Amino acid sequence: MTRARVSAPPVRHRRIWRNNWLRALVVFAVLYFLPYSTLSIPGVFDGPLDAPGVLQLLAVCLVFAGLAVSYDLLFGHTGVMSFGHGIFVTAGMYVTTILVNHAGYGLLQSAALALAVTLVASLLLGGVALRVGGIGFAMVTLAFGQAVSILVISGSPQLTGGEQGQTLNSAAVPAALDGVRNTANLYWIALAYLVLCAAAVWGLTASTPGRVMRAIHENERRVEVLGLNPYLFKLLAFVVSGLLAAGGGVIYLLLLGGATPTVSTSNFTLSLLVMVVLGGAGRRWGAIVGGLVYGYASQSLTRVSGSSAIAGLPGILRGPLEQPLFLLGAAFVLIVFFAPGGLAGRLAAKTTTTGIEEG
Amino acid sequence: MTTLVLLTATGLGLAALYFLVASGLSLIFGLMDVLNFAHGAFVSIGGYVGWTVADHLSGTFGLVGSLLAGIAAGAAIAAATELAIIRPLYGRPLDQVLATVGLGLAIPALLQAIWGADSRTWLVPGWLAGTVDVAGAHVPTVRFLLIGIAVALLLALRLLFGRTRAGLIVRAGVEDREMVTALGIDVRRANSAVFALGGAAAGLAGVLYGLYQGSVSPGDGTSLLIFAFVVVVLGGAGSITGTAVAAIAVGLVQQYADYASASLGDESVVILLAAVLLLRRRNLQGRPA
Repeated sequence: MTRARVSAPPVRHRRIWRNNWLRALVVFAVLYFLPYSTLSIPGVFDGPLDAPGVLQLLAVCLVFAGLAVSYDLLFGHTGVMSFGHGIFVTAGMYVTTILVNHAGYGLLQSAALALAVTLVASLLLGGVALRVGGIGFAMVTLAFGQAVSILVISGSPQLTGGEQGQTLNSAAVPAALDGVRNTANLYWIALAYLVLCAAAVWGLTASTPGRVMRAIHENERRVEVLGLNPYLFKLLAFVVSGLLAAGGGVIYLLLLGGATPTVSTSNFTLSLLVMVVLGGAGRRWGAIVGGLVYGYASQSLTRVSGSSAIAGLPGILRGPLEQPLFLLGAAFVLIVFFAPGGLAGRLAAKTTTTGIEEG
Repeated sequence: MTTLVLLTATGLGLAALYFLVASGLSLIFGLMDVLNFAHGAFVSIGGYVGWTVADHLSGTFGLVGSLLAGIAAGAAIAAATELAIIRPLYGRPLDQVLATVGLGLAIPALLQAIWGADSRTWLVPGWLAGTVDVAGAHVPTVRFLLIGIAVALLLALRLLFGRTRAGLIVRAGVEDREMVTALGIDVRRANSAVFALGGAAAGLAGVLYGLYQGSVSPGDGTSLLIFAFVVVVLGGAGSITGTAVAAIAVGLVQQYADYASASLGDESVVILLAAVLLLRRRNLQGRPA
């Protein structure tokens, strides 16, 4: 598949690339105009598209999609499996909350400081953890993630609010983002975040360092033999994806109106992995599709689990079906088995006849 | 002094649990390059099966029964996982890991569906529920059971790998898989055996963790798994002795630091990990990086 892309004539390559930007423009324009629509889709959403509840659900989906895109830069494009991605979401969320609530800083200032903290933390963490390659990196980042999770949950309850999390001081939130009536604004911020993530990751992967990252994914030893240092490129991917994840943490904080320790748990990072694999790792639309589908599924499954259709089933079937994580985990195993390229891979296999795959 | 003895005994008890979980993990990873994220789920299954037996049979008989049932359940689920999930994905190492991640999410949720989210109390036989006086400290008897079983497992594994042909094949497979296959030995059979062995140790750990805590809950295995990962990274994949030393270091550091300040224990384990990674010039397989 790599060979097909390299040997394709450059003109054709550029045309496909331009078409992709056009496609992206159409998709994001449709998403932009959704809050103006009063269309209602029974069975999928509880109300018309411009209802606050529906917009909130969609906004969470968009944030998940953005986080998945940031994770895919590491996992799908560079081939680095990190289980510490939640650390940066947590950093964005909690540093902002703590600075706003306890230091009295403004929201923007706090968010900027949170990003600065994330920059330093990702350099330190990546610098240490990338010393072990491959799957060892996954184990080490998992351990670091656990340390952060414990710190957030039981380190200092006055600062973090412990297991309950902490409500963001609403005085610091601009009036345009406060209250149910302004959910559309939050939706647009979430959409802007997704566009930013997509643009950053697509731009980076099309650049020269991005090509080296892709080469590391294909064959790290060969990159070394060519005289390049894979460590530095992996660190770059780690830091960029960490910063994007911290940004996502800030947006998620605004959506929820407070910080929640769930983003620090290993299950949250695993769910990012599930999103990326579900959509198709390393594919242009894969992480976005995966994030949207997972975001929708995880929010609706609790509804399905509590529905009367499930309650009517015999106990032996009902028990497992009431557990969203069981359904997600089982679905994940099935996808790994039967659709290794994820949803985007399925679509590409149907529509692409030339054998040239999207990046 | 009494505090020190108590902390050391608790630390060694925890170390025994970490060793039971990490030794299987380390062997599986060393031999097959599969990081088994479902290993924590094996622990939980062993714990719940053991609890069910102990719930029906009381006394020492029930204890022995639950230990055996935990071992059998762990070995069975691990063998089934290898057969149904790992083997069909042979040659796709990343997908193998991802599939175990899926199992690791699904199995605890399934256990929660069957036995509920709340922890179940484990009734320990009378002689095990007491304490033993060591240098003036009242050390719970369960700790000694944990340490004794872990030491027995360590010795058994060393005998297995040092003295038997099967153990030799596994060690050679850890060292250079292709070469062993080229010599005409079917390493895949060793895969199944190592998976079942690791699962048995995990199931045993599940029962012992239940005894240690006096209860079982669906998330038990996952919380042990993270520290087992740290032990594997510190001890080096595929090395039984390295795993044992690392398990003791992690257990003791955690307990001593926890005494200094609550919740400092888990943090100090991660700091230990970072320090070792910075100072060490070897990779996971023990070869120069």
